[in-house]
Amino acid sequence: MPIQRRQFLATIGAGAIAGVAGCSNSGGQSSSGAGVAGETLTLTTTTSTYDTGLLDEIHGDFEEMYGVTVDAVAQGTGAALESARNGDSDVVMVHARGLEDEFMRNGYGINRRDLMFNDFVIVGPENDPANIQGMDSATEALTAIAESESAFVSRGDNSGTHTKELNLWEAAGTEPGGDWYQEIGAGMGEALNNANQQGAYTLSDRGTFISQRSEIDLTILVQGPIEGGPEILANPYGIMAVNPGVHENANYDLAMAYIGWITSPGAQDAISNYEMNGEQLFFPEAVSEDPNFQQYVPEGWSSNSTDG
Amino acid sequence: MLLEPIAQLLPAVIEHPFREGYVRSIIYVSLYVSVTAVAFSTLFSLPVALVMGFSEFRGKQFVKSIINTGMGFPSVVVGLLVLFAVSKQGPLGAADLIFTREAMIMSQFVLATPPITAISLAAITGVNENVRDAAHVLGGTRLDVALVVIKEARYGIATAILAGFGRAISEVGSVLIVGGNITSSSGISKTRTLTTAIQLEARQGQYDTAMLLGAVLVALVLTVNAIVVRLGDEGAMR
Repeated sequence: MPIQRRQFLATIGAGAIAGVAGCSNSGGQSSSGAGVAGETLTLTTTTSTYDTGLLDEIHGDFEEMYGVTVDAVAQGTGAALESARNGDSDVVMVHARGLEDEFMRNGYGINRRDLMFNDFVIVGPENDPANIQGMDSATEALTAIAESESAFVSRGDNSGTHTKELNLWEAAGTEPGGDWYQEIGAGMGEALNNANQQGAYTLSDRGTFISQRSEIDLTILVQGPIEGGPEILANPYGIMAVNPGVHENANYDLAMAYIGWITSPGAQDAISNYEMNGEQLFFPEAVSEDPNFQQYVPEGWSSNSTDG
Repeated sequence: MLLEPIAQLLPAVIEHPFREGYVRSIIYVSLYVSVTAVAFSTLFSLPVALVMGFSEFRGKQFVKSIINTGMGFPSVVVGLLVLFAVSKQGPLGAADLIFTREAMIMSQFVLATPPITAISLAAITGVNENVRDAAHVLGGTRLDVALVVIKEARYGIATAILAGFGRAISEVGSVLIVGGNITSSSGISKTRTLTTAIQLEARQGQYDTAMLLGAVLVALVLTVNAIVVRLGDEGAMR
């Protein structure tokens, strides 16, 4: 069977060439360096995650461990998912479960993990014209703001925070609109500044609010679940790899290495140790004794349902 | 010199609220991207302006009005167009240009070319007919005539290049979209420019550091203008 032998030799030759190429690529690295060394992982994430500085703080460890570079691109949740949908990023870290689920259902994202959480708070001026201070229902608070027509600043940028705000209005059964409701189409920091300048209410993630608290006069009027507030204000972050079956040039190996690393006990500790102005910003939730199968699939999905 | 301590102090003051090397690296990226883009734009625009200035053809007014429209092209729209081109799904997707400086250069090239072409064209058409004829009569080739005209129109052309540079280095819409505003985890810029850094600071409500970076940007543009004008003057004395 000469043909088969030739094929065999060709295979060995190709293997040898690939092996040599591998060596020359990793030249300068230690010979035991990981096969991903020198590659770049593109992570699209949300502005509110990026702006806390958490990623810059913890990425150094990952980059050192694998000899790679992480390019973190901060976009709104909608834009971050859109970049991934176009194959322009390898991994996404966002906080809008509904949009994440849609992303998975459409086949773009796989291997989703719960990553960490913090919470949203309703902030407003100290004189509190709508009298919502201490309310333990976020929807009642929003209804009170709408009824008193007190100024409310909305992100209006299809971000995770904006999505949450719209869900809250819907849950409150109130259609926001009118002069008092302003969509500014900007990031959280700008929204807080805008609300501060006109004495308006707004919905903020706790992290951004803490990082800006010293510069503005707004106070927390309705707490999130971290401080005993309603569960509806929880702000869970998820992480997903881009499906290499849809985008074959997505860097799937490295994306999974990253997801493995950031959900590992070490990185999760680093997340809980990250503080700003003496306060913890994120609470890790990837490491757990108990199984949580819902983190891998769209919410409410079950293998018994016909839902694909 | 009185200026020396100030010059030494200045970088320290600018770097102070930021991480080591951060401001220097975003200045570098800003200059690298804009200067490269403007250089390519100039290489493209000058021949176009010369050809258009020297010849008459049907539809010339139409081409002119397209170029003039290009001067007002919103940078965000250019950013979106370049994004579609370099995105993995786009025609240039295989080149892996998304979120790189090269993609930023492409979009700034598109932004800087119309003003450079239009203003150079105005300068070239403004050169006295007699100068052109004289060069021709004295036995100059077409290239000689072109060089004479460029020399006569140099102030206008310098203004054109500066206008293109000003447009490139001060725009934020397109570099944000195609560049992604990336720094490494150690705080060294990869695709972050002064303008996107200012946008980032403003987004976080850090208006004072945003202003500081704005001042750096203005100082940078002033310096480049001064250098170009100076070069133009020295050229004139020769």
